[in-house]
Amino acid sequence: MNLNLDIGYLIDVIPTLLPFIPLTLILAIVSMIIAVIAGLVLALILRSDIPVLKQLATIYVSFFRAIPTLVQLFLIYYGLPQIFPALAGMTAIAAAIIGLSLKQAAYLAEIFRAGLGSVDKGQVEACLSVGMTRAQAFRRVVLPQATRNAIPATGNIFIGLIKETSLAFTLGVVELFAQGKILAASSLRFFETYLALALIYWIMIIIYTFIQQAIERRLEKPYLS
Amino acid sequence: MITVKNLKKRFGNNVVLDGIDIHVNEGEVLAIIGPSGSGKSTLLRCLNLLEKPEEGIIQIAGTKVDARKMNSKAIYQLRQQTAMVFQHYNLFKNKTALENVTESLIIAKKMKKSEAEKIGKELLEKVGLKDKFHQYPATLSGGQQQRVGIARALAVNPSAILFDEPTSALDPEWVSEVLQVMKEIAEQKSTMIIVTHEMQFAEEVADRVIFMADGNIVEENTPYEIFNRPQSPRTQQFLKKIGTGE
Ligand SMILES: Nc1ncnc2c1ncn2[C@@H]1O[C@H](COP(=O)(O)OP(=O)(O)OP(=O)(O)O)[C@@H](O)[C@H]1O
Ligand SMILES: [Mg+2]
Repeated sequence: MNLNLDIGYLIDVIPTLLPFIPLTLILAIVSMIIAVIAGLVLALILRSDIPVLKQLATIYVSFFRAIPTLVQLFLIYYGLPQIFPALAGMTAIAAAIIGLSLKQAAYLAEIFRAGLGSVDKGQVEACLSVGMTRAQAFRRVVLPQATRNAIPATGNIFIGLIKETSLAFTLGVVELFAQGKILAASSLRFFETYLALALIYWIMIIIYTFIQQAIERRLEKPYLS
Repeated sequence: MITVKNLKKRFGNNVVLDGIDIHVNEGEVLAIIGPSGSGKSTLLRCLNLLEKPEEGIIQIAGTKVDARKMNSKAIYQLRQQTAMVFQHYNLFKNKTALENVTESLIIAKKMKKSEAEKIGKELLEKVGLKDKFHQYPATLSGGQQQRVGIARALAVNPSAILFDEPTSALDPEWVSEVLQVMKEIAEQKSTMIIVTHEMQFAEEVADRVIFMADGNIVEENTPYEIFNRPQSPRTQQFLKKIGTGE
């Protein structure tokens, strides 16, 4: 049997894809940073008793967890400028980052809320009892402990984000996947090209997983008996 | 030093403190005893406003707070006057023994780190933890954790230290070392309010004992009188049940 698989092409195509990794990582990292900040703000609002704001945050989380990422990216990039003409100048990359971070913020809000909730109330009371303010207690004691609780789930969000950056191709962003698609179409070696892509994503995730494990080991240190 | 007038606190319809009056002089050790649910912890937690009373006046050293007109500044100021030792230690789990003690000095009192560490090390030595400075709470025994808790409370140099059953959560083997440290602090004329089930300790260390039941102070006297000649039937019954007093 003659297997129609060109290993040579597979090896050759990988280097031509590598230059597109930075854009993929930038999309993922920038979205993650925005999502973490927004997620933390949302989590704090969800934990508070601020009337209207709390309901709005609940609706936000419910909405962005429910809609498909693609629908959301199209809504932002193609839909919003129709309503707000000022947004017509928005680049595809910006739209992708906004879309991805808005969505992940909703997931992170839930993760952070649980992480903050799992910190024992006695920790804050101990801070207050020695004359610290609530803000100091949050920054110095609650947040570090909540971070440790939330890190595994947060890492999974980041892994999901790296993969979802591939959806940016639908807005015309030429990131890793888009470039693979272009190469596949011109060479007609679909299997090899997409396999190369798959391997690159896989290796990126493996490397990130190592980093995450190192972070987890470090954060875990104080709690080991 | 500490004066509490007509302190009232309830949770929903449950009246937990029903107009408490107490007075503690400087350097005095007050022990509070009483059955479970009588409001001892709540009373202590009202003194540093971890619980907000509905009514009453609390004065500690130079700071006076009226429950009806509390603002966050007053709350913060009153808290500066005391420190608390908790039943479950509540050590900062993400910080070493030394960091637990220096945290308030560096963060709340804005002290230089080197200066705070000097104080922290002295205090940890004082409670017998010279070789545990850099260990995290998870690696310490209950008794050691509670001694860190005491050092942390001493660090802020409070006008009074509030102890809420500091040995109740400890395995029996660690109780005496914690009580010993508390005894030493009492001997140095610190003002202390101690909620405890350790009757023998209360009898030895306290200058005065309050017996509480159902949110009221039922009886207040010297340890000798309370434990040997309890006046109220409620006190007699309680002491009989826990097997002290004859
Ligand atoms: N946060 C709270 N919310 C509602 N009820 C509470 C709360 N804290 C305490 N209570 C109630 O107040 C009453 C007094 O509780 P408190 O903890 O002060 O008693 P205690 O004398 O310290 O008891 P123990 O010896 O068991 O520690 C109890 O009926 C308790 O159920
Ligand atoms: Mg109690």
